[in-house]
Amino acid sequence: MSTVRVENIKKTYEKGQVLALDDVSFEVKSGELFGLIGPDGAGKTSLFRILTTLLVPDAGRAEVAGLDVVKDLWKIRQIVGYMPGKFSLYQDLSIEENLNFFATVFNTTVAKNYHLIEEIYVQIEPFKHRLAGKLSGGMKQKLALCCALIHEPKVLFLDEPTTGVDPVSRKEFWDMLDRLKARGITIVVSTPYMDEASRCDRIALIQKGKILELDTLEQIIARHAQNLYAVDADNRYNLMNDLRKNTEIVSAFAFGEEQHVTLPPHFQDEYLSAFLKEKGHTGIKVRKIAPTIEDTFIKLMLENQ
Amino acid sequence: MKTFVAFIRKEFWHVLRDTRSLVILLGLPVVMMILFGFALSSEVKNSNVAILDYSNDDASRLLIDRIDQSQYFSVKERLTSEAQIERVFRRGEARLVIIFPQNFQEDLSHTNQAQVRFIGDASDPNTSNIVINYASSIFRDYQNELTEQKKLPYTIETETRMLYNPQLKSSYNFVPGVMTLILMLLGAMMTSVSIVKEKETGTMEILLVSPMRPLLVVLSKAVPYLFLCFIDVVIILLLAVFLLDMPIRGSLPLLLAESLLFILTTLSLGLLVSAVVDSQQTAMFLSLVGFLMPALVFSGFMFPIENMPLPLQIVSNIVPTKWYYSIVRAIMVKGLGFSYVAKQTLILAVMTVVYLTVAIRKFKIRLA
Repeated sequence: MSTVRVENIKKTYEKGQVLALDDVSFEVKSGELFGLIGPDGAGKTSLFRILTTLLVPDAGRAEVAGLDVVKDLWKIRQIVGYMPGKFSLYQDLSIEENLNFFATVFNTTVAKNYHLIEEIYVQIEPFKHRLAGKLSGGMKQKLALCCALIHEPKVLFLDEPTTGVDPVSRKEFWDMLDRLKARGITIVVSTPYMDEASRCDRIALIQKGKILELDTLEQIIARHAQNLYAVDADNRYNLMNDLRKNTEIVSAFAFGEEQHVTLPPHFQDEYLSAFLKEKGHTGIKVRKIAPTIEDTFIKLMLENQ
Repeated sequence: MKTFVAFIRKEFWHVLRDTRSLVILLGLPVVMMILFGFALSSEVKNSNVAILDYSNDDASRLLIDRIDQSQYFSVKERLTSEAQIERVFRRGEARLVIIFPQNFQEDLSHTNQAQVRFIGDASDPNTSNIVINYASSIFRDYQNELTEQKKLPYTIETETRMLYNPQLKSSYNFVPGVMTLILMLLGAMMTSVSIVKEKETGTMEILLVSPMRPLLVVLSKAVPYLFLCFIDVVIILLLAVFLLDMPIRGSLPLLLAESLLFILTTLSLGLLVSAVVDSQQTAMFLSLVGFLMPALVFSGFMFPIENMPLPLQIVSNIVPTKWYYSIVRAIMVKGLGFSYVAKQTLILAVMTVVYLTVAIRKFKIRLA
C-alpha cells in the first residue's frame, strides 16, 4: 500500500521559463518516514506544495491517501498535516492560542487529540503564554509540529523542519518523528542536511527538479561504490589545488579538514602518496574510506551535470 | 460556527495587540474631528483689515467701529496714503483694505450717494470673496438704517433664509465628510492589509491546507473591522453632538443602519483588494490612492459635483462615498426619512453585493 503516489509530475514557473520539477515519480509506503534530500532550489518545496494541494502540477498526477491532489482538494485538506519551510504561525498569538486556534480550524479540540502532541507539548508548555514570535527556533518548530499534528493527520508533510535549528533540537525533533511513525502516521520530510538522511526509512536524492536516486540509505551508498580516500597534508591550500589540477583524479572535495578524493577503480592509495610527494608535500596522510551519503550525493551530482 | 467564532476571536487578538493600528483606528476620527472642528475652519473669522480714511467724519468712523466690532474683522492698521496699500498686501498684514473718499458723509447726506472702495487680496479667491461679502453686508445694514427714516418710492427688500443651516456652520458640511472619509479609508485599508498580511507571513499557506472554506476566512476577517468602524461612527457622532453642537435632525437608528451598510461596502472593497494583491504595501497604496483620493474628490464634500464636467459627474456615480455622503447629509442635516435616501441605499447595497461576490470568487484557494 502506498500512501503518496507521484506520477510524472512536472512544474514550471514564470510561464514555463523556470523548471522546478521535471518528470518526477515516486511512491511513499503507508507508515513510512520518507526523506527528500537535496540542496536549496532542488524543487522540494514545489513538490510539497503540489502534494498539499497548494499548487497544481503542469503535467502528471499525484495522489495522497488515494485522493487526487487536484480533484479531491477539500478531502485531502482534512487529512494532511503540513508544516511549511518558513515559520508560519501567528507571531502575535501565544503558544496556547495558536494551538487552540488551529485545533478549531480543523474542527477538533486540543483535549481530544492531546495524546498525539503530549510528548512534544510538555516541552513547550511552561511557556504557553509566551507569544510565538518570541520563541527560540527549536521551540517554534515544536509548536509548529504540534499545530500540524493536532487534527490527527494521516499524512504529515514537513518542509525543512530542522533548518535553522540547533543540533540538539534537531536530534530531538527526529526522535519525535520516530515516535509519530510508530503511531502509524506516514511522514514525508525534506532536509538539506545529508546527515539526517540516516533517520529516514527511504530517501530520494533530488537535484534541479530531478530525482537522482531513491532507495534506503544503505542501498544507495552500496550501489554507488567508490574508490574513495581521505587525504591530508600540512599545506592544505596547496593540497587542494594540486589534487584538483590532477586530471587522473575523478573528484576531490574538502570534507571538514580533509580532502575526499575519488580515484579510478584500479588505482591504489600509493598513487596518491607518490603524486603528493612529487609535488613537495609534507605530513601526507592517505587512508581508504567507505563513502558516506554526502560522497554519494556529490558523485551523483557530478554524473548528472 | 465554532470555527467562525474562533477565527473572529483571533482577529480581535490581532487588532487589540497591535497598539499602533489601534491608535490609528480609534484616534484618527478624534483627530480629524478636532482638526476640522477647530483648526481647519472654512469660516473666515478675525480677518485683518486696513483702513484708509480720507474723510475722517462721523459716518466713516461709525462704520469703521462696526467693522472692528464684528467677529469677522479686526482693524489692524490705519493707512495714510494709497502707496501703503501694496505694502500691506505684500506683507500679508491685511486681507481687505477699505478706502473712504474725502467728504464721505457730506456726499451721503447731500447727494444721497457716497462711494467706498474695497480692495481684496485675491491670491486666495475664496477667502477674499467671503471677506468682501461680510464687509458689504455691514455697509448694507447701515444704508438700510438710513433709508428707513425716509420713504423711498420703490424698494425691493430681499429677505434671505438659509434653510437647515441658518448659521452657515461648516460642521454641517464636514461631519458627514469626515465620517465618509474615515470609514472609506479604515474599512478598505485595514481589512485588505490584514488579509494580505496572512499571505505575506505564510499563515495563509497553513489556512489553505485546512478544511476552512474561503467564505469563512473572508467573512471572519471582516467582522472585527465592522465592529471597529462602527465604534468610529459612534465616536464621530458623539463628538459632533457634544463638542461641535451639531444636532442629528433625522432618525438616529436610520443613520446608524445606513452607516453599517456603508461600512459593509468599504469592507467588501477591502476584501476585493486583498483578493488581487499580494503585499501589504501594495494593499495600503491601493487603498490610499485608489479609494481615498476618489472619495475626497467625488463625494461632494470638498468640491461640488455639479460644477464638474459631465464625464467626471458620470464617474462620480461609481464612487460609493458620494452616495453615503448624501445619505448622511439628508438624515443628519435635513432630518429626512428613509424614503428620501432609498435610492442611495439601494445603490450602496448593490455595490456591496457585487464587491463581496467578486471578492469571494477571486479568493485563491491555492497559492498560484
